[in-house]
Amino acid sequence: MSRCPRALQRVVTLGVALVLTGAGWAAPSQNDRYPGIGRAATPAEITAWDIDVRPDFKGLPKGSGTVAKGQDVWESKCSTCHGVFGESNEVFTPIVGGTTKQDIETGHVARLNDRAFPARTTLMKVSSISTLWDYIRRAMPWNAPKSLSVDEVYAVTAYILNMGGILPDDFELSDRNIAEVQKRLPNRNGTTTQHALWPGKGLGGAKPDVQAKPCMTDCTAEPKLTSFLPDFARNAHGNLSEQNRLVGAQRGADTSRPPGAVPASPAIRELSVEASAARAAPAELELLRKNGCVACHGVDQRIVGPAFKDVAAKHAGRDDLVTYLKSKIRAGGSGVWGTVTMPAQTLSEDDVASIARWIADGAKN
Amino acid sequence: MGAYHERPGRLQRAPENFIDPAGVRRVFAEARSGRRDFLRGVLASIGAAAASSAAGDPPAVDASATADAPAGDPNILRLPEHSKSLGRPVASEGYGKPSKYEANVQRRQSPGLTQTRQASVSFAPLQSLFGIVTPSGLHFERHHQGWWDVDPSGHRLMINGSDASIVRTPKVFTMDELMRLPSVSRFHFIECGANTGMEWGNVAVPTCQYTHGMLSCSEFTGVPLNEILDTCGVDFKRGRFLLAEGADGSSMTRTIPMELVETGEVLLAYGQNGEMLRPENGYPLRLVVPGVQGVSWVKYLRRIEVGDQPYGTKDETVHYVDLMPDGIHRQYTSTQECKSVITTPSGGQILLDKGFYDINGLAWSGRGKVRRVDVSADGGRNWRTARLETPVLPKCLTRFHLDWIWDGEPAIVQSRAIDETGYVQPNYSQLRAVRGTRSIYHNNAIQSWLVQESGEVKNVQVS
Repeated sequence: MSRCPRALQRVVTLGVALVLTGAGWAAPSQNDRYPGIGRAATPAEITAWDIDVRPDFKGLPKGSGTVAKGQDVWESKCSTCHGVFGESNEVFTPIVGGTTKQDIETGHVARLNDRAFPARTTLMKVSSISTLWDYIRRAMPWNAPKSLSVDEVYAVTAYILNMGGILPDDFELSDRNIAEVQKRLPNRNGTTTQHALWPGKGLGGAKPDVQAKPCMTDCTAEPKLTSFLPDFARNAHGNLSEQNRLVGAQRGADTSRPPGAVPASPAIRELSVEASAARAAPAELELLRKNGCVACHGVDQRIVGPAFKDVAAKHAGRDDLVTYLKSKIRAGGSGVWGTVTMPAQTLSEDDVASIARWIADGAKN
Repeated sequence: MGAYHERPGRLQRAPENFIDPAGVRRVFAEARSGRRDFLRGVLASIGAAAASSAAGDPPAVDASATADAPAGDPNILRLPEHSKSLGRPVASEGYGKPSKYEANVQRRQSPGLTQTRQASVSFAPLQSLFGIVTPSGLHFERHHQGWWDVDPSGHRLMINGSDASIVRTPKVFTMDELMRLPSVSRFHFIECGANTGMEWGNVAVPTCQYTHGMLSCSEFTGVPLNEILDTCGVDFKRGRFLLAEGADGSSMTRTIPMELVETGEVLLAYGQNGEMLRPENGYPLRLVVPGVQGVSWVKYLRRIEVGDQPYGTKDETVHYVDLMPDGIHRQYTSTQECKSVITTPSGGQILLDKGFYDINGLAWSGRGKVRRVDVSADGGRNWRTARLETPVLPKCLTRFHLDWIWDGEPAIVQSRAIDETGYVQPNYSQLRAVRGTRSIYHNNAIQSWLVQESGEVKNVQVS
């Protein structure tokens, strides 16, 4: 705002400093040690970026959303990854499940003590409703973060809590009642900061909980093996001979062969590296990245949707394949590869055609 | 030399690069009968192949495979191509790459750990690294919503307050401006809070790349955050918590304690190992929070908010919370406690022979310097104090070494680190007695590697 006068003032200050020190060094004050560096943020800039919402709801914008509206948003933008009922673990850990009416009373999810319970869902862990609201707004949907309106964020938050049996079907969540809803969160009392792992004074502050002593001789009885990888799993992380250096004190074990086999020749690996380097990445891969396709499809591997290579293989030989793929990319759909829905896509005609031709040609990378 | 090779129990070494894989198998199949004649035959054919090859590197010849040849090692007797002709010119590669023989040294995913590659992790190949610095291209990765190569000319850092009185003048800085400020360069480790998380209950993965590879160490260059805060007029009395926020899709957020910032340790970093940060590590700007788990080192850093309360973000309420045996989650766990791991020898490797080995590995502490590392070769019964390689720096990896003669018998090697606060790295029994097995985060237990008679090293847990 008043940048010109301040700049002038700096010149004057500098002039005085030159006279006083005779060495040409300015003697800056604490708040203006680095003149010319940084400027005041405008209110609009702060509004654009300052989107965080704290557990005490500082930062929460006014607005509201119903469970019913949340269901609409959920089914069009969220269920693809999280499942229709928030229960899916295909892409991410489940959001809903594992909480009870009793937990809403106690504020501590009892199944966190049940070692046999297979998963820890979001609703089993989350202790502040602001966390859900803040995260949905800043980072969801997965492939289009920050695209939901404030009211949509309220609605989706309400729908998730409804799926978890925390809010009734006819509820409308808003900035006015969110603090009341916090009091129903199943795990609101399920956390502690009493530990020594916060490097500040404001939280915790206990001594380290595990206190070991450095014994040097005859410390234990004969050690017993309590856990090791079974031989059938020795190749589960790929051939370890290809994951170790080819020179030095040791080699990687050839886990494609039984225990005790000699390390394989490096010639194999070297050839495959050169062969893959010789192939340039096709331009279509950039198109897939640019249009966000790779958020849900891998070239070789299934992510949310099928791998492009699998699509190519399934329809190989079909006469109208390019046309078919173009229409599928445009319209989306579900049923061919399972229940997960692919939303309709809005990318340019040229990009659709290039991608369809590339898949029809075998999705080569 | 002949006697050396005839020693019983010696592991047969593969004649690498010398003959093809089928040849390797034939050599071993025929090693016991008619080995000498067979090897001579192979040598003759390789020699012919090398002579007819116009370009490329000549095949190296393993001396052990020619132990019976009377004249000597053909690697010495027959001058290789690189000793007899002209090599390549300068600047053939504008940005040089590792030797093609190092292609196995890669960061890798653990199969099945995550279902997408945008919210996933790749592990640094600790078993193949020397010293304490992680080459930038091998630095472990953790992305929450995919990585970006952000144009630095459009990148901004904003400092503001949770209310108007906490930061008097909210400010915006360009990268040009941040890089004009006085910078510092410091070596620090970064470790994911979930490093070794797969091993809380039992052995789950084969090598130290996967057990401990969410760990890297770099020289970071940047501006101490407190210098910038000073210019914005921060109320340090009320502003005891900071929120760090990224510019990527996930807009990662974490709460940072002001106490740590006030020490001058927390950096707005743009440099890593002498060059700019790699895109996968947050180019052009990331927060460096020494001693604290990697999730707080927010990448693509766009905003710091100073506030009077912690923020309860997704990654300190739903994830990065440590489940204790009583069903309560510890929240805001941040410090990485003292820990160590032997990287040589380590899981999935094969020792080539009996005899001398330099057991070595890495030790670190989020509370300061490593004071001492002890090593056991008998599963924790008896320990010897290791030699610490310099430099030994606070909140930085420290390399330790111990001379070891392997007699060919099974051995369980372990390391135990002690930091300058006197904290001693616990074994699994000690750690589980307090924290159970379901914490996921902050597993700093002593790692055991079983060296088997065959020379193959296995990841094991012992009691």
